Amino acid sequence: MADTGVAGQAASNGHVASDEHTSNGKAGSSLLSRALREVAQQAQRRIPRADLDERDPDFIRERLPLMWMLASLWYRGEVRGLGNIPDSGPVLLVGNHSGGNMTPDTLVFTLAFNTYFGVERAFYQLAHNLVLSMPGLGSLRKFGTVAAAPSNARKALESGAALLVYPGGDYEVHRPSWERNRVDFDGRQGFIRLALDADVPIVPVVSIGGQETALFLSRGERLARLLALDRMFRLKVLPISIALPWGLNVGDMLGHIPLPAKITVETLPPIDLRAEFGPEPDLDEVYAHLMRLMQETLDALAAERRLPVIG
Amino acid sequence: MRASARTVVSAPIETVWSIVSDPERALSFMSGVTRWEVESDEPTGLGARYRMLLRVGSAEVGGLIEIVEWDAPRDLAWNSVTGVDQRGRWRLRPAPGGRTQAEIRLAYGVAGSGIAGWLAERLAGPAVSGHLKTTVRQLARLVEHERTRDLAAQRRAARAG
Repeated sequence: MADTGVAGQAASNGHVASDEHTSNGKAGSSLLSRALREVAQQAQRRIPRADLDERDPDFIRERLPLMWMLASLWYRGEVRGLGNIPDSGPVLLVGNHSGGNMTPDTLVFTLAFNTYFGVERAFYQLAHNLVLSMPGLGSLRKFGTVAAAPSNARKALESGAALLVYPGGDYEVHRPSWERNRVDFDGRQGFIRLALDADVPIVPVVSIGGQETALFLSRGERLARLLALDRMFRLKVLPISIALPWGLNVGDMLGHIPLPAKITVETLPPIDLRAEFGPEPDLDEVYAHLMRLMQETLDALAAERRLPVIG
Repeated sequence: MRASARTVVSAPIETVWSIVSDPERALSFMSGVTRWEVESDEPTGLGARYRMLLRVGSAEVGGLIEIVEWDAPRDLAWNSVTGVDQRGRWRLRPAPGGRTQAEIRLAYGVAGSGIAGWLAERLAGPAVSGHLKTTVRQLARLVEHERTRDLAAQRRAARAG
């Protein structure tokens, strides 16, 4: 219980820091960076090592009703094309995601995957280190969430599991609301290397609606660099949004109450990289192909939508 | 939670049984069912296993089920092996005039899921009973339509003969 203050401290530091920096420039930054470094070390210590055995099917099963209610009533979630995912064997699910630190796409898709294939099928998700070291979110590990590191990802795929990655990471979820219908992985191609090394198919998972759960204004990249958050927490952004219940929400460290936007997720047919791009696929070519495919799907989903939030 | 729906089908009990007991036909009349695949060596009979899914809200729920009662042409019951806890039953009884009363029952839940589970079961209630009502309606339509065609074929054959 003693650690519960860490995240709160981190969050309030985030808030104070941004105010100071927008108004007074660099005043007080040395004290601040010292405090931040301290928090960073605390957080580093809390990052759990990946232990795939921590996934607990009974725990997941018992949480499904609550997830089902949230997904069905709040987000009116709809997941299409789960039949495209191979029935067994390792697979890399590559998704775009949205909604700041409260990503509803993940909730809706995780629920759908677990009910469709059963909690018996091993299914892991990669998440940002900070997410897993947050007090109170430790139970995510029982869902099969592991810290985003190449070694963890490889281990999961080698064990024959399905692995869900969001290459866009914090960069993508905090994009401004007016870019809501854009797939933005920030050029990250590590996941392609991962699929090639493990020799598993990629299944693209495209979702829409998450960026309508609040009014996202800016990633605050310059602010994050100024505060050295990128070096200490692997945080490239210090997002600014207007969200419930805070009003102006800087950092989004404590999360927010998402608006009940309709979430639609479409699962595309699997791509066997070596069958499609030759024995030594060109990373740029694969990346461009995936981006085009996912963006076209997202455009189609966007065209279906009549109103923001309502869907 | 329990849900059920019943109807009277204008066809003999054997005809209705041949449809409800055939795993190949489940998708053609069971409302909300998105998957009904045979998972056992024997496609029918006691101990046959199917992987089934039913769309409820934002998820397709179900899992592996096993036939635990096979009393042709009257009773067919199944239990869940994995996935959502469920117990289902087709109950067919002869009705006057060569017709058949068909009833489907489904009890479902997630044991151990506490208050959220209790609430979710109730919230899912209308969707589940809606699916069951549509199922019996579609069953009656399917059976009666096939029966009309069979009778017509017999008359055609008699005229030709």
